[in-house]
Amino acid sequence: MSRRTRTAVFGAGAAVLAVLFALAVAGLPPFGNGDHPYRDLAIAAALRQATPNVVSSLTFDLRGLDTLGEEMILLGSVVGAVALLRPRRDETVRNRSRTENNQSVALVAYVFLPLTLLIGFDLLVHGHLTPGGGFQGGVVLATGLHLLYLSGGYDALRRLRPLAWYEWVEGLTTAAFAAAGLIGVRNFLPHGTIQQLFSAGTVPILNILIGFAVGAGAVVLLAQFLTQAIALEDD
Amino acid sequence: MSAALIVVALLLVAVAGTAVVATGDPARQAVTLSAYGVVLALLFLVLQAPDVALSQIAVGTALVPLMVMLTVRKTEK
Repeated sequence: MSRRTRTAVFGAGAAVLAVLFALAVAGLPPFGNGDHPYRDLAIAAALRQATPNVVSSLTFDLRGLDTLGEEMILLGSVVGAVALLRPRRDETVRNRSRTENNQSVALVAYVFLPLTLLIGFDLLVHGHLTPGGGFQGGVVLATGLHLLYLSGGYDALRRLRPLAWYEWVEGLTTAAFAAAGLIGVRNFLPHGTIQQLFSAGTVPILNILIGFAVGAGAVVLLAQFLTQAIALEDD
Repeated sequence: MSAALIVVALLLVAVAGTAVVATGDPARQAVTLSAYGVVLALLFLVLQAPDVALSQIAVGTALVPLMVMLTVRKTEK
């Protein structure tokens, strides 16, 4: 395709998008007004399920299918990265890296490693009560774990992160979530008292399940990039 | 949240987004992208979406820039 044809195709596409976008924006309710029918329904539903963080109630009680779809997107991207970034036959994975870490960076990472993991678990466990939840907690835990790389180097990360476990956790938790959807699990547990740690029925359990799925998925994903960038050498 | 705060946050996002686009070198772009992530999280917080702000910080400020940095390191070897 010549440059001129490409520009013409892009111009036509951009013009259609501009018209549709303008129509969509014109049809939006005014910014900041108080009329939100969906919000009113969602908050009422969340309060019935004793879930003060309405977003968590939406994620697991009202739109569980969306969450399953997002979980599948994550699984797909992890599997894709593993397939695309696997070492070639003429490459070997080194067990030791020759990189030396900057000492001041290592100190900061040592301090922030336990703090970040704590924040990750906090987000995970209190997802039904305060902002946060499985996805955020899982990603914070996964990135926090990689502070090990900044503090102890690649060897420390590799030893304290048995990758096979994370692959199993990612697969099993995603399968468990899909199975829960197939059986049609509803919020069947007692809802308890609102704002208590043990409340909101199945929401905190699913939050922790999703947290493990997302955290393990992010670890497996980053491991492929780390292997490629640090541990591969040509034979 | 007051309208002035929303306008300030939107302007910051516009400035940071422009900075990301204007950064040519991918290794430096990972850093501006990270800063852009923080500013975007601030906008979400001002718009009363703390859940989205947390996701944005975790993914946009930590995970994605790290993947960009590792890719740059690999491709420049």
